Amino acid sequence: MSYIHTLLFGIYPYIALSVLIVGSIMRYDNAQHTWKAGSSQFLGNDGIGPGSLLFHLGIIFSFFGHLAGMLTPASFYHHIVSPEMKQTFAITSGGVFGILCLIGLIILMLRRFKNPRIAATGEKSDKYLLLLLCLQILLGLLSIVVSAKHPDGSMMMQLAAWSQAVVTFRPFTAVEAVEGVHIIYKMHIFLGLTIFLMFPFTRLVHILSVPVGYLWRTYQVVREGESSPGIK
Amino acid sequence: MKIGSQIAMVLNLDKCIGCHTCSVTCKKTWTSREGMEYGWFNNVETRPGLGYPREWENQERWKGGWKRLDNGAIVPGIGTRARVLSKIFANPDLPEIDDYYEPFDFDYGRLHEAPESDHQPIARPRSSITGRTMEKIMAGPNWDDSLGGEFEKRSRDRNLDNTQKEILGEFENTFMISLPRLCHHCLNPACVATCPSGAIYKRKEDGVVLIDQERCRGWRMCISGCPYKKIYYNWKSGKSEKCIFCYPRTESGMTTLCSESCTGRLRYLGVLLYDKDEIQRIASIPSESDIYEKQIGIFLNPHDSEIIKAAGQCGISDYTIEIAQKSPVYKFIVQWKLAFPLHPEYRTLPMVWYVPPLSPIRSNFEESGKSTNSVIPDVESLRIPVKYLANMFTFGEEAPVKSALKRMLAMRAYKRSENVEGFKNKAFPEETGLTEQEAEEMYRYMAIADYEDRFVI
Repeated sequence: MSYIHTLLFGIYPYIALSVLIVGSIMRYDNAQHTWKAGSSQFLGNDGIGPGSLLFHLGIIFSFFGHLAGMLTPASFYHHIVSPEMKQTFAITSGGVFGILCLIGLIILMLRRFKNPRIAATGEKSDKYLLLLLCLQILLGLLSIVVSAKHPDGSMMMQLAAWSQAVVTFRPFTAVEAVEGVHIIYKMHIFLGLTIFLMFPFTRLVHILSVPVGYLWRTYQVVREGESSPGIK
Repeated sequence: MKIGSQIAMVLNLDKCIGCHTCSVTCKKTWTSREGMEYGWFNNVETRPGLGYPREWENQERWKGGWKRLDNGAIVPGIGTRARVLSKIFANPDLPEIDDYYEPFDFDYGRLHEAPESDHQPIARPRSSITGRTMEKIMAGPNWDDSLGGEFEKRSRDRNLDNTQKEILGEFENTFMISLPRLCHHCLNPACVATCPSGAIYKRKEDGVVLIDQERCRGWRMCISGCPYKKIYYNWKSGKSEKCIFCYPRTESGMTTLCSESCTGRLRYLGVLLYDKDEIQRIASIPSESDIYEKQIGIFLNPHDSEIIKAAGQCGISDYTIEIAQKSPVYKFIVQWKLAFPLHPEYRTLPMVWYVPPLSPIRSNFEESGKSTNSVIPDVESLRIPVKYLANMFTFGEEAPVKSALKRMLAMRAYKRSENVEGFKNKAFPEETGLTEQEAEEMYRYMAIADYEDRFVI
């Protein structure tokens, strides 16, 4: 059993992250014409407003919540914030944004599967992705129920230790850290890593192209020297 | 002075018969692909009508173009940069496929495979998106064709504002125009300004506005940004596409496909030199009705030695200056003042201009409508209301449109006097501020319209 455990929580994270990074670079380099948000709003406006907004709001906050919560070393905050407080905060914010995200996702899934135009178009991966994200959010929300049984925050500290060990290249420490955690967390981690693995092969890549630079850009864009020598 | 050069187009609507040959050649070459079936880089719409996409001119709904703020600055109609980004998850100003039409073909196989029966088999329409049989075709690329449908719906055309709508609905007073439309390759393009990725750009050499298909991420803001709705979202590739002004052809000295195939020979393609420093100021002037006149001021005289010198310093080649001097477009827009931009009030400073169409005299004017010389009819008596044209081309200012129509009538009267009466009556052109030579040139360019005169690129 521990072989698989080591594979899943000690080795798989590196496979997933490698594929994410190398795959994204390769796709950006070789097939940028496929790099897109993949919006289907044009084919059906039904529910896209609340659906897409709630989903994105929820998932962006959840993502950065995980990032900050899992990767900030305990020594940075343990004078001020106790593990209990941290867990309460994580459960509340994660719960709220998780539910918003789930509501949005359900609306988007209804569109994707029910609207004949949207069901007939788009890529196959769009549908798998929605299902996987939905499962992942449900697991995340379920983990709140489990966490509620450990109000001391110890379980959460173990998970944080796992992710910190992973990003500091200590796979064996990582494996030990999640040895005893509840199966729900393990599934949540595994599915999360799988979504990372899928990232470069799906429309998820649009996340890397958030156009913040637009805020500072001049309105007009002019390019020179593209046309063939016939015109000068 | 920073001088730019651009390939611009003029369409003489007086000669458009609405045959759609331009649209078809364009479609066959550039947009006959999955995801773009509904898209027409060039379309021809019958007016009065709602156009394609339906009601594209209703900017209260689509918020296209630019709006001027109280502080005198202009921002895209869909909002400031932060507002544009906030709409990225769901764009409230985006038209849907049904605002254009659901693309379809017909189930022709049925005609071959249907079992023997008492009735003729029919080929039913099939959606190109879902592949399913469609109960009813709800719209097409020119749904108001030949004034189809009830006047009540068609009269939502915003160019009928401030005209005597009810009277124009009567059979005796009805009129129609074919309006070919393509990307205007604007000097102040709102699509470029609203593209969050910076994928849309204007080429310095010839002013063509293009979308970089590698860099487009499909945020679909440009579709809302363009007031002419001339950017199309390819639902298959997830990227936006638009008219490319046939740049692979123009680069090798050929004209665009829509111009090449035009049966009425009404399209003109030529180079204009313009003052880059003036663009921002003209696009932001307070009164929309001034924009047409002011935009003409941006275009520079290619015969002026100072301009030629300055253009050379800005890297414009001698060849470009040479063809700018022969530009038919310059003659129509600046010299004769016959051509107008479509909806200058959008503040994008379009570079595809239109010569307004003449029309027969209305029946109730037939007796009284002719002016004293009995050859030139009064422009007020023309079947197409001047106000309608002015709403399209000059934000409602009738004087410039009237002047253009009078000049066109004067040119005809002048040539008529030559050919019918046997002497050139120079009073006709002079009455409208034209010289005889100008009237002759107008005749050469508009009536004869030789290939070499129409396309100077």
